[in-house]
Amino acid sequence: MPHDNHDHDNHLDPMEARTRALETILTRKGLVDPAAIDAIIETYAEKVGPRNGAQVVARAWDDPAFAVWLASDATAAIASMGFTGRQGEHMKAVFNSDTVHNMVVCTLCSCYPWPVLGLPPVWYKSPAYRSRAVIEPRAVLAEFGVTLPASTCIRVWDSTAELRYLVIPQRPAHSDGLDRAALAGLVTRDSMIGTGLPLVLA
Amino acid sequence: MNGPHDLGGQMGFGPVRPEPDEPPFHTEWEGRALGLTLCVGALGLWKIDESRHARESLPPAVYYSASYFEIWLRALEALLLNHCLVSAQELAQGSAAPAVGPHPRRLEAATVPAVLAAGSDYQRPLGIAPRFRPGDRVRARNIHPRDHTRLPRYVRGHTGVIESTHGGFILPDTSAHQRGENPEHLYTVVFDGAALWGPDTEPGLTVSVDAWERYLEPA
Repeated sequence: MPHDNHDHDNHLDPMEARTRALETILTRKGLVDPAAIDAIIETYAEKVGPRNGAQVVARAWDDPAFAVWLASDATAAIASMGFTGRQGEHMKAVFNSDTVHNMVVCTLCSCYPWPVLGLPPVWYKSPAYRSRAVIEPRAVLAEFGVTLPASTCIRVWDSTAELRYLVIPQRPAHSDGLDRAALAGLVTRDSMIGTGLPLVLA
Repeated sequence: MNGPHDLGGQMGFGPVRPEPDEPPFHTEWEGRALGLTLCVGALGLWKIDESRHARESLPPAVYYSASYFEIWLRALEALLLNHCLVSAQELAQGSAAPAVGPHPRRLEAATVPAVLAAGSDYQRPLGIAPRFRPGDRVRARNIHPRDHTRLPRYVRGHTGVIESTHGGFILPDTSAHQRGENPEHLYTVVFDGAALWGPDTEPGLTVSVDAWERYLEPA
């Protein structure tokens, strides 16, 4: 019986309470429609995410003409696949090679290419990543389990304006006969930020 | 401003902690905070730059102890107060009276997909040629404005090379303060690791920033 008196179901996390209060106020003032918030959540929870970017990468691996277009006008090339909009208005694709590995950060806030990758993960927005990516990217990569040859140059792109960057990782070895869907399955989110590599075929 | 947000090259924040299979939202309120921010933004009362400035203007102790969605929500409260859309009393009480009809530009659920898929074009045509060309050596100005800027401290005073030009883009430094778009040429500028970090650089490192013309001078 003593343990039945807990009332934590009635406790709101302080941020939960604060957010609910603001939503109540703004709804009463006619500034916000709660159903629009639902629609936004649904978009980024279920529709827009890194599988979009994986399709772009797989096509770049599989279609040399598309790769050329992607390199010269990423915004248009990506839009042709239906991925457009907020925080992806001005896209640039940066291609890894045997000699250069690209890595993306936003040291000043959390800029990230939403239409192709969805919302950024917590670590991408963290002070640890934002502070260290530009001064010790190899040490950061090691925390992701990635070790690059000393001879590989690392290029870090700090997203300080409205350009949004998508890393095109190198196509994995032994992936020759795979169709585009199977190729997309090898593309991890982190490989498109530059903190990871595509999956390796067994 | 030299605020808590300007993190490049700072130390002491510990390891990066990737989370396997991370969900888009860890709690329900995070999604509501995102939605509130986007819905109020859609009213068109301020630009994204002003939102960023509200976030970086949070007290450093708050900024560093808050999750990013908490930063967004606190900044949204500050913007609403600054623009007299809510009162401190309303925020404290969590209520507003009386209820009023919808704002003419209120974002409706049915238009959310189209609005998100459209985004905002930040590029603006410019009638003047860019001052710098690819290959030019430039120095990031040693400036310390008290208000919003997108030139991070770790490049100020250092010399890099123009890699590409992107045409005219809305200038955040004025857009954040309701002082107009004032578009300027935007450049990608590449810095050698050794130029930024001296002998403490990692080998083979280059770092680029996207910089508006006023941030740069010939070197």
